[in-house]
Amino acid sequence: MQDSSSVGIVAPQTAHFQQPLTLKSGEVLPAFDIIYETYGALNSTRSNAVLICHALSGNHHAAGKHQEDDKHPGWWDNLIGPGRPLDTNKFFVIALNNLGGCHGSTGPASINPATGKPWGSQFPMVTVEDWVASQARLLDYLGIEQLAAVVGGSLGGMQALQWTLDFPDRVRHALVIASAPNLTAQNVAFNEVARQAIMTDPEFFDGDYYEHDTVPRRGLRIARMLGHITYLSDDAMGAKFGRKLRDGSLKYNFEVEFEMESYLRYQGDKFATAFDANSYLRMTKALDYFDPAFAHHGDLSLALSKAQADFLVVSFTSDWRFSPARSREIVKALLDNEFAVSYAEVTAAHGHDAFLMPDPHYHQILRTYLANINTGAGT
Amino acid sequence: MSTEIVREAENRRDFALIAEWVQPKSKVLDLGCGDGSLLAFLRDKLEVKGYGVDKDDANLLACISNGISVIQMDLEAGLAGFDSLSFDYVVLSQTLQAMVNTEGVLREMLRVGKQGIITFPNFGYWRHRIQLMAGHMPVSDNLPHQWYNTPNLHLCTIDDFEALCAKMNIRITDRIVINEGDTVSFMPNLLGSLAIYRFEQAAWPISY
Repeated sequence: MQDSSSVGIVAPQTAHFQQPLTLKSGEVLPAFDIIYETYGALNSTRSNAVLICHALSGNHHAAGKHQEDDKHPGWWDNLIGPGRPLDTNKFFVIALNNLGGCHGSTGPASINPATGKPWGSQFPMVTVEDWVASQARLLDYLGIEQLAAVVGGSLGGMQALQWTLDFPDRVRHALVIASAPNLTAQNVAFNEVARQAIMTDPEFFDGDYYEHDTVPRRGLRIARMLGHITYLSDDAMGAKFGRKLRDGSLKYNFEVEFEMESYLRYQGDKFATAFDANSYLRMTKALDYFDPAFAHHGDLSLALSKAQADFLVVSFTSDWRFSPARSREIVKALLDNEFAVSYAEVTAAHGHDAFLMPDPHYHQILRTYLANINTGAGT
Repeated sequence: MSTEIVREAENRRDFALIAEWVQPKSKVLDLGCGDGSLLAFLRDKLEVKGYGVDKDDANLLACISNGISVIQMDLEAGLAGFDSLSFDYVVLSQTLQAMVNTEGVLREMLRVGKQGIITFPNFGYWRHRIQLMAGHMPVSDNLPHQWYNTPNLHLCTIDDFEALCAKMNIRITDRIVINEGDTVSFMPNLLGSLAIYRFEQAAWPISY
């Protein structure tokens, strides 16, 4: 039976953009596609739109199912739907796949019109700023002047923050969840190991593996395994797997012995067949590059002074990849500017992944904040 | 969205007295802000720019629901994250007695705020003294808990508080003592149940 709080069956749409997009790197995308989904209805005053920004491996399919028998709904389905914290009875929710991705928006596996071949290694570096610029184009296309809110976790939270800086008058609220004002050296290091795993895979062919009919699966698999370690807390891993053995006894060989190994291999395998290595490389680079304070000599307060939005910042106590201390840096900079900001530090065991979990208190925070957003008389 | 709590706050004599000391459109930080009712009251009366601090999950939700900006953190850890003298007033309402680090909190209040405003139950109130003489820990409207479940750690009398201020070189600019909503000016340490102070850091004397 259909769950009445689900958005139900959804279908992605694709917007084509012929106007070139100049990227932060200076390179130019001559034209591009953005694939997106929407949930709920845009009100008559077009004042109830909420943009969802995805994280490293996310995409446009945030809620509902494409087919009745899909095994899983969209990646943030527990948040989005009629009566759910991001209530589609109130809001018109837009989720998209970012440029450089591999789920339908223009990315490294797309055909480069200049060569007639996949972009591959030639696909430019994309940044959080570039994504925000392309997302703004999508809003123009949809006829939405101003967002009621922009919402994102992790790398998505960085986009939410960037929105308030690049288009201050186009966003009324920003929900910045499990995010950071930039990556720590340790985070950059993890990303670099992930990239090296991919780039040293013999099937990588400098990023032009499409024409060799190969996929650098081993590299992508290791990159994802590494990622998974950092998304979970030590405690969460211990609670879930501990030193549990898959077959009850040690075998004294290199096959899967511990449940932990089994989980990582499974996650790695699943991801390596579903995601594009070139996209993964670029998503990690976008993370590394994000640093709004950099252009202001490291002064985050000055960097954020352009914003006009109200903010909700949320962190999770066990998140060591994007720790509460990093969220507090954002909060401090917002306070320095006397902006309206609330900050929630959610007690959660799941580590960085907590932002995707349906923790009741966390969801209640989002529900309460979103319920107070005024969408005008047009609702 | 917060009209209901403001309506309730209208009946709070301590809120009304605090409001008399706060300049319109000033910036207020309320430590241990609860559901944000004082800030909602000051916002509606005086258009103050207010922020609350509370560590409790339920209070955080209440503040967000009431449209009050709230920062979830533990006061005991200090006010890192708030710049020095970035607020006109830092308020600590009925919370001082529950703090572990009493002096540290007072010091942080006057680092972040130009002035501090504090309220606390007067342990020296005569009804408290009578209960003690009768052999029991005081329980009253302002001290509603039993000894075994009270959050209070550092209860003090009006005279005790003023002695601490003197020791910390804190200058008390205003004091109002009330009992059941009425101002008490005669023997306040005996007849007053709730004390409300406004204070600021005095310049330390130059020593040679």
